[in-house]
Amino acid sequence: MTSTITPDLIAQHQLTPGEYRKIVDILGREPTYTELGIFSVMWSEHCSYKSSRLHLKKLPTRGKLVVQGPGENAGIIDIGGGYVIAFKIESHNHPSFIEPFQGAATGVGGILRDIFTMGARPIAVLDGLRFGRLDDPQTGPRNRRILSGVVAGIAHYGNCFGVPTIGGECAFEPCYDGNPLVNVFALGIAKKEDIFYAKATGAGNPVIYVGARTGRDGIHGASMASAEFTEESKQKRPNVQVGDPFMEKLLLEACLEAMRTGAIVGIQDMGAAGLTCSTCEMGSRGSVGIEIELDRVPQRETGMSPYEIMLSESQERMLLVAEKGREEEVFRVFRKWGLEAAEVGIVTADGKLRVKQHGQVVAEIPNRELADEAPLYDRPHTPKPPALAAPRELPAADIQRALPALLAAPDICSKRWIWQQYDYQVRTNTLAGPEAADAGILRIKETGSSVAMSLDGNGRYSFLSPREGAQLAVAESCRNLSVVGAQPLAATNCLNFGNPERPEIMAQLVEAIEGMAEACRVFETPITGGNVSLYNETLGEGIYPTPVLGIVGLMKTAAPVTIPFKRAGRSVILLGGAGTCDTARFGGTQYAKEILHQLWGLPPALDMDYEKRVQSAIREIVGAGLAESAHDVSDGGLAVALAECGFGPAGIGAQIDIPSDLRPEFLAFHEGPSRIIISTADPKRAAAIAEKHGVPAAAIGVTIEGSMEIRQRGITLGSWELATLKSAYDGALESYVR
Amino acid sequence: MKARVFVSLKSTVLDPQGQTVRSALNGLGYHGIAGVRQGKFFDIALAEGVTREQAQKEIETIAHEVLANPVIEEYRVEILD
Amino acid sequence: MKFGVIVFPGSNCDHDAFYAVTANLGEKAEFIWHDSASLGDVDAVILPGGFAYGDYLRCGAIAKFSPVMQAVRKFAAAGGPVLGICNGFQVLVEAGLLPGALIRNRGLKFICREVRLRTETTDSPFTAAAQKGQVLRVPIAHGEGCYFADDRTLDELEAEDRVVFRYLDNPNGSLRDIAGILSRERNVMGMMPHPERASDPLMGSADGLVVFQSLIRGQATQPRNSADIEAIR
Repeated sequence: MTSTITPDLIAQHQLTPGEYRKIVDILGREPTYTELGIFSVMWSEHCSYKSSRLHLKKLPTRGKLVVQGPGENAGIIDIGGGYVIAFKIESHNHPSFIEPFQGAATGVGGILRDIFTMGARPIAVLDGLRFGRLDDPQTGPRNRRILSGVVAGIAHYGNCFGVPTIGGECAFEPCYDGNPLVNVFALGIAKKEDIFYAKATGAGNPVIYVGARTGRDGIHGASMASAEFTEESKQKRPNVQVGDPFMEKLLLEACLEAMRTGAIVGIQDMGAAGLTCSTCEMGSRGSVGIEIELDRVPQRETGMSPYEIMLSESQERMLLVAEKGREEEVFRVFRKWGLEAAEVGIVTADGKLRVKQHGQVVAEIPNRELADEAPLYDRPHTPKPPALAAPRELPAADIQRALPALLAAPDICSKRWIWQQYDYQVRTNTLAGPEAADAGILRIKETGSSVAMSLDGNGRYSFLSPREGAQLAVAESCRNLSVVGAQPLAATNCLNFGNPERPEIMAQLVEAIEGMAEACRVFETPITGGNVSLYNETLGEGIYPTPVLGIVGLMKTAAPVTIPFKRAGRSVILLGGAGTCDTARFGGTQYAKEILHQLWGLPPALDMDYEKRVQSAIREIVGAGLAESAHDVSDGGLAVALAECGFGPAGIGAQIDIPSDLRPEFLAFHEGPSRIIISTADPKRAAAIAEKHGVPAAAIGVTIEGSMEIRQRGITLGSWELATLKSAYDGALESYVR
Repeated sequence: MKARVFVSLKSTVLDPQGQTVRSALNGLGYHGIAGVRQGKFFDIALAEGVTREQAQKEIETIAHEVLANPVIEEYRVEILD
Repeated sequence: MKFGVIVFPGSNCDHDAFYAVTANLGEKAEFIWHDSASLGDVDAVILPGGFAYGDYLRCGAIAKFSPVMQAVRKFAAAGGPVLGICNGFQVLVEAGLLPGALIRNRGLKFICREVRLRTETTDSPFTAAAQKGQVLRVPIAHGEGCYFADDRTLDELEAEDRVVFRYLDNPNGSLRDIAGILSRERNVMGMMPHPERASDPLMGSADGLVVFQSLIRGQATQPRNSADIEAIR
């Protein structure tokens, strides 16, 4: 077990000399090679949040419905009727670049385990995806391969497991060329009394390993996810884990059934850092020690060293602590499902993680220091706003031609090619699946209520202003829920950033967290958990700061209010008004990106108090059954949103006339928030509700069959056959992928 | 002793995977490729003491009953030392 | 009426089928585990969608050897109605209870979407309550749903009026647009689309209910071969 620890070896483990000294202090001696490996994964950025922890504390995490906040495998909130939902978002960015199919598949697998570890059955998944441009002559072919692989991987895992993928978002920017983002947001349901925690208690209780055997998969995946990509790391392909969704499905059913026996004390999945993370975290949470004998760990390969077994990231494995004397009840369930279960160790009172092989101690580390006293850095953060020149004068706009071009733009066009590969209906709870309504909606059969989910983030906005970008993401996510009539309840976040050791990147992270904290307070959506993914850079090129918010809301179960207009002759109301915009606030729009090929200025201005009133108004209008359709204005602005309302099966468009003094392209395409388009048979009552909330609700037109016409003070800006717009919107992604 | 079972779609059954590979290869400039058909093979390790004849017979049965679906697939068995 | 819903370890539409016949139609149902050699006292069997045993070899290839499939074979031989949905259809063709095979979708990708089905025959316990030619809106969700059989088999299916449903807009390349077929004795049906997912207007369509309603009505009006079924219990 002795191994000389050289400075080189320490550096290879991505530990700094200071961190190494801390390890020696904790142990009171030099670590063994295995111990060095264990520390390196637990103290990696991915597991320890050492750069972000200090700032994450600024986020609001409490609320009257929050049952479990950050620190567990998933956050939990009470949805009434004796039920809770568990939800969380996870990134699997780096593995998805190295091997898109397996990287994305195991990303889904990991977050699903986080959910059912809590005793909750996963019932929905949403994905936040970012790729490089598909049409770039140089990088396009690779980006298309990554997109195809990621989507197929998500589909493979989720479909086989039997969880519906009900929505998400997807955007394309050159900055994601060598660094795609794959963020998976999963949600599960449990009875309140059936929640389980990843906590080991009771000295003498057996520690049981279940699921797939351990192989040499993904060793050092956690530290890989914490380093920039270099040419060398592209060679690390064997690191990538392979997922087995069928095994995961068995594990789900077996774990939920085993939990019902009452013989399980605590349970945690083996995700990043595998056996290491699950043992020391469970021990630390319960203030106990855990001793394991590696000879008893089911192994897929021969001759594995303690280092390899402890650091393996083989998928579909769980660690649980059972009540002493009731092991057989647990084993019986796993046998029924054809799964291997082995008693690998015991809970001890000494607070240490003790690892043995062939009876010899190969590692002995105090749990708490290892799991909870990882280094904490207050990294320098100096904002460096991007130096982007605004155009001196905007070229004359051709709205007639710009709208179909925008509808075919990769960020805006229909993502049907993606989501049609996902089973979005399994479990028959999906009231609104992908692109049906502004949020995904799932009925909860057990309670008569429904859960709405939305996933939002905008890298361009956040690049221009990390603080405002994060606030806009919170606002949009809450707005999407409100548009379908749901009350936003709680959030989970995925913070995708570059190298935090660079002060300007660290500043993006700090500002985004602070902006998000402020917005989550205003919208009363505490953050109950999430994920930080740093070092998203390839060869020194960082991604846009990309905070992604997953927010859940609650509503009564009812026929969903969907996006498309349903009938001709209805009033079209622009709740929240036409908004304001100037040149600076126009630089982050899709019009600027796709038509002007530029990025400048600031994101759209957000007034959070006003936004909140707009959301209250739409919830009340929808709740009163007054909205036949509802859709918020976001990417691409008002004209794009109106066109999207025209893409329903009924083929209903609208004739719109807005008395506004904005420049025509601002009116048509600015992306100012706090605006919602509804169609209604009762504009008076809708307007009365809006007025009560102090929000304008001007009738801007009427629905008509087959076409869309937009006027400004009587002057036509554009007039289109819906079929033309729809074919641009529907066919674009497929044409890029081919 | 080892056995290897090759399973592929019958020539009368459409093989969209093979077609896709072919068109990709042609797209990459390999113009000498006229057709691709995709299949799979199983590497099977035989227990000690099994004779060649036993192995041949048993593997044939397994290939026919389990590894291939005779409605759409054909197979070939190889016994290797 | 009592439905038996077969549960393989990788079934994932078992609860949906159960819910459709119990909550939406008020009938009885029970789950039957894959290693059970008996079906108990059920009146009809549903093989639900999913990935029976992971389906890594071929969809349904391992499931056909399970103990419960022996019981299903006997049940079917005695005239009991057996409905295979999606993966259940794949299991039925692998088990030889229905002819043909289901292969990779023509476009190679998993497809989840609503399709329109034309009801081709009402001479079956699964469609007796429908109208001939009736168009149903029912979702599909599969990667290997392209129906394949040789011409002779296809001709035979047509000649014997055993094609139950055809796609109006063939999503997967199925030969002759076949979405669902019957056994020669007409008491075993396999279909790739999911009627249980179209069993509640809230979910967008209730058109799939007619499949289960046909079974319920048939059982109420003419208890078929009940003595035979009793005999195998």
